[in-house]
Formats: sequence, C-alpha cells, structure tokens
Amino acid sequence: MPQPPQDKSGRLLLSGNEAVALAALHCGVALGTGYPGTPSTEILESFSALGGKAHWAPNEKVAAEVALGAAFAKARVLCTMKHVGLNVAADVLFTMTYSGVDGGYVLVVADDPGLASSQNEQDSRRYAEAAVAPMFEPADSQDTYDLLRVAFETSEGWHIPVLFRMTTRVSHSKSPVLPRFAFGIKPSAADTGAPTTDFVRNIAGRVMVPGHARPAHRRLRAKMAEMEIWNNAQGPNQIVRRANQLGIITAGICYHHAREAAPEASILKLGMSYPLPMQAIRAFAASVQRCVVIEENDPWLITALRASGLTIEAKDDSIFRFGELSVDRVKRILNHDTSPEPVPPRGKPPELCKGCPHTSSFEVMKELDCIVSGDIGCYTLAALPPLAAMDMMIDMGAAVGMGLGLRHVLPREQAKRVVSVIGDSTFLHGGLPGLVEMAYNPPETGHVLMILDNGTTAMTGQQEHPGTGRQLDGEGTHKVNFEAMARAAGVKNVFTINPVRERAMLKAVLADSLQKDELTVIIARSPCILAAGRIAAWDKEQKAKQTADEQPAESGSCECGGACKS
Amino acid sequence: MSSTQTNPINVRFAGLGGTGVIKASDIFADVAFRQGHTVKKAEVHGMSQRGGSVQSDVRFGAEVHSPMIPDGACDFLVVMEPTQIEVVRGGLRESGTLISSADIDVVKLPSAKSLNVAMLGRLSRHFAFPESAWRESLRSNFPEKLHIANDTAFNLGRG
Repeated sequence: MPQPPQDKSGRLLLSGNEAVALAALHCGVALGTGYPGTPSTEILESFSALGGKAHWAPNEKVAAEVALGAAFAKARVLCTMKHVGLNVAADVLFTMTYSGVDGGYVLVVADDPGLASSQNEQDSRRYAEAAVAPMFEPADSQDTYDLLRVAFETSEGWHIPVLFRMTTRVSHSKSPVLPRFAFGIKPSAADTGAPTTDFVRNIAGRVMVPGHARPAHRRLRAKMAEMEIWNNAQGPNQIVRRANQLGIITAGICYHHAREAAPEASILKLGMSYPLPMQAIRAFAASVQRCVVIEENDPWLITALRASGLTIEAKDDSIFRFGELSVDRVKRILNHDTSPEPVPPRGKPPELCKGCPHTSSFEVMKELDCIVSGDIGCYTLAALPPLAAMDMMIDMGAAVGMGLGLRHVLPREQAKRVVSVIGDSTFLHGGLPGLVEMAYNPPETGHVLMILDNGTTAMTGQQEHPGTGRQLDGEGTHKVNFEAMARAAGVKNVFTINPVRERAMLKAVLADSLQKDELTVIIARSPCILAAGRIAAWDKEQKAKQTADEQPAESGSCECGGACKS
Repeated sequence: MSSTQTNPINVRFAGLGGTGVIKASDIFADVAFRQGHTVKKAEVHGMSQRGGSVQSDVRFGAEVHSPMIPDGACDFLVVMEPTQIEVVRGGLRESGTLISSADIDVVKLPSAKSLNVAMLGRLSRHFAFPESAWRESLRSNFPEKLHIANDTAFNLGRG
C-alpha cells in the first residue's frame, strides 16, 4: 500500500475509508472487526496496514457481536459493514442499544445510494431511529476523521453503541485530512483517552430477559432525550451563514453538493442526525425565508421535520428518491425543475474476467439446463449475457434456501433441474444454516448445492475469509473444511472438482447428481485468477517455513542430514 | 467569504476496468495535492477489475466542494480506451481538452500497461506543475522495477 500523499501543511489526501482507519488508530481502537462489502471494505484493510488489530468475521452479525463483547470489556471497538450487512447485524443492534456498552462502540455502516455495487438502495438512517442508536454522518474525509472521535466520546459518555453512516461518495472520495489528534503509530490508552479494559459484572444490565429489558428500554429513551438536548447545544452540527433568502438543511455528501449548487444559501449541516437537534433546526428554519431539506434516497429527514410541525420544502421523491444526488440534481431540486434528466450513455457492463473459473461452472449448468438459485459475488455476473445462467439473487446465503423452496413445490421435472450456487465466502457468511436446512428438511427430489470455491472474497477485492486459512493481515490460521462441513451436516454425496481442469467430470457429476433423489454438495474449487499468484506465493512461503522448522535445531548435532527431524 | 471565488479545475479519467484509470487519477491527484492545492477525487470502486466502464474525477483549486464533476464541466477528459470516448465525451466543456490514446504513439510504449503513464505525460503539458513533481508522484505510486519503463512512457507522452 503506497503512502498517502502529504502536502507542506501536513495534510494527507485520504479516502473517507482511510480517514476512518487513521482516526480509529488515533482514538486507540483496540479491535476492528467486520465483513467486506463495497463501499466499506478498505476501512479495516487500512486500519490493519496502519498497525491496528483488525479481523474479518464470517459475517456482520458475528462481527457486531465480537465488537460488543470487547465494548462490554471497556475497549474502544470499530465494526464495519455495508448497508445490507446491517440487516444481518440488525438482531444485535436492536438489543445492544438496550444493554448499552462500557467502552466505546462505533459501528460504521456504508450506504450505497445509486447502487454502485449493491442489491438495493436501503437507507440506514431508518436503522438509527428504529434501533434507537445515535447516528453520525460525515461529509468528507476531514469530517470523517474529526467525527469519529466525537462518535467514540459520545458512545462512552452515554454508554451506547453509535452508528456512523458513510455513503459511497464519502467512503471512496479522497479529500485532504489534517490529522488533528495524531499520537503516533501506537498511541497509549492514556494518550487517546481510551479506557483500560476490565470486566465488571452487570447481570441486570447485560442479560436482556424481559425483566431487565423493560427498564433498559426506559433508560434508552431517557438517554435519547438527554442526547437530543446535547446535540442541540453542543452537537457536531455546523451553520454556514450566507444570505437569508435560502436556507438548506442537509448532512453527509449532500452538504458539498449544496454548497456548490447554491453558494448564496445559508446551510445547516448536521453531523449528528439521530437524535435530531430539533431545536437548532427550528431556529435555523426560522432564520431564513425559504428552507429546503437536501437528502439522498428516503425522505427521512423531511418526514421528521414535517412531523414536528415545520414547513420545509423537499425534493420531489417521484424523481430524486432514486439514485445519488449531485450538484446538478441539487440545482434541479432547488429550482423545482422536474423536466427529464439527461441520461448518460450506457457504458460497458462489467463481466467475469477472462479465464475466470466461474465461467466454466456456469457453462456446465447452462448446458444441463439448470434452474440456478444464485448468490452474491463475482459469479453474479454470470446472470448477464452472454452466459445468462443465473435465475435469482437476493441476499447473502439465499441461494440455498431459495433452491430448496423451489424444489419443494415445483413439478418433479422442473424441481430436478434446480441447483443452488454460492461462493466460498458467501457460503460461510450466510449459506451454512441453509446447508443444515437442506439436510434437515430435504426435498423429495433431493438437492444439489454447488460451492464455487475460488479461495478468496473476490468481488470486494480479494479479502481473506475462514475458508482461506489466512486472517485479514495474511497471518496463517485454521482453514475451514467445506467437505467435512457438508458431511457433518448430513449430506451423503460430497465431491470436490476443479471446474477448469476437470470440466467434463464436473458436467458428468452434476448431471448424475441431478438424476438422483439425494442430497449432493459439489465444491468447484479453482483459485480466482486475480488472486492465484498471491495464494500460490503464500503457500510456497508456508511450505518453506515448515521445511525450515523441520530442520534439526543445531545443524550437525547428528549425522543424518535432517532425516531424523531431531 | 472570498469575493474572488475561483472554480476548480476538473479532470476526468475514463476507460475500462484494469486499464490503469484509477491509478492515473491517483497520481494526478497526488501531483496537484503536493503542489498545495485542495484536491478532491471521486470514483466508484467495486467493479473496477471486472472490465466494465470506469471513471474517476479529480478536482483541484483553492476551494473544492463536491468531489464529483458537474455535468459538462470537465476541463480535461483523459480516455484510456477508444471505445469509451463516446460514452464520456458529453462531460467535456466546450472549451475542454480531450486526451485519448490516439495522442500517443503506442508502438513506442515500453509496455501496453504503461499507456496510462504516457497519457499522464500528455496531460502534464497543460499544467505548470514542475516535471519533477510528476516524476516523484510516479515513483511513489509504482514499485521500483517499473520506474525506468514509466520514465520512458511519461517522456513519450510529454514529448
């Protein structure tokens, strides 16, 4: 990873994700955990590269739980995921706000307005309100760096996990950052204000049985009321005062679009958007002649403001709810311009790389006229022409369950064509319970699950996972055995086939498995061509290390030349 | 508030994933930033290695707000792949400059991969940044084994 450029005044040119990582380091974060997902992935990679301790968990729920344990022990923890990952972690989120935490817990969630690389356009601000979790929204890299510290202090001050909402344009845009609270590479807890870890028993506070959760809910609402007062008076919100004809209330990247689209406007930029500083908003709205909310995707902010009785303008949601905003679109919103927007010429869609092992697997399924219940990863590109060989893709792990559902109800001749197809990382993320379901409630026609194991989380940029045998920083660790897992779940027929070198065998085994009314797992194993070199080099290095370890401790201590392995 | 607000310079890099679009934009942003400008850079990752269309916006000046270049406001359009020219041409200002691979004598490139560096050389003609700043940024963004080939490619573009 090249060093970020630095200018003469000490500013660094960082992406929003890199700014989170740097701030986390400077805040003394003891552990970063998460699951890769565009646009959030680079946060933990950068944190690790800077010397922080960072782990990829099998999925976001586990990541959020690991972080929670650490925060119960008074540590500062960072948990990262993309917006849909928060759906997976939602179960933890909704009750950890009740229990609260003893350390500092910041959960970074990266939304993807415009779906640059996602399956939906969900708006995480609704999670803040629904789960009663304070939310911060940075607008650029400096803001990200500065707000992360406020987020930790807020989390510790009110003993509550907080959400830190990024969007694609904040995560992936680079802008200058002055590292205002740099403490060097390995800051001590005393430098950063991070508490020292310790376990203090608090059964009533952390065991969320109904008797404990009822008062916890009341405590949580009371915290929110206090935080709203704080946010009104001292929250990280900012007013850019210009003329009073036009006032804009906004947050996140939209702040910059608004500054550029309407340089004459006064702007209230919210840094903490839940609980909303309603009093400050009211005062700002009263100070301008015309007040407009500028927000991407859902009409979340405007709904809250109108519900509190404010008369404020907003975007036309029949047009501007869809896709990300830009300077041009903000101008249109301000000018009530609802004329058709220019449609950019279609670019070239992405495709599977030349030589990708997935191509071969999908060609085989296409040749056998399979109904393919698919999943999320590079291989989803097989749904596009020329392959057009995937019939459904909804969420991480769904390939297995959806395939079983199809098998249960389709007429026999159609049911026999159904195959569930899932990648290695996605299988470990969300497919495992599906495998158990497959053995527990097998369809009459049996089922075939194909795990496309390319040895990496390819789509998001080749991250490690529990099936690669390497941790986030490349350190060797236990490698999950897919074959043993399938057998342990109760699947009788388990095959491992290289889809490229043994293409004919793959076709024969798949055809045969579709014929039988039995359960089959086929592991199509061949490394991602982008990662193959790196994986091979790592394997070679490990072998060399192993050989070195097997050498006699002192050469010449015996005369066998190492054969005795003494 | 400054009464002499100047507009940022907008440079868009475009091409297909894997052709060095993002790398070229990183280097350009790096050069402008080290020269003391406020720089913002926006692109969408995720699919960038899968051969699809890729764009990366770099904006610099005394003050830059949105990291994304507004419609039709590109001062420079640097297109690595001929098939992408028509896809992105609409983003260029009337007075803007298009730089494409047709401006480079590609047979003289030390390797096909170094086209993005040659295009940066071509782009460098339009800016007053010292040549050393470009070379320094190239060196800090590439491994040492590519430095000589990159110098050749950069010289070819800069002319």
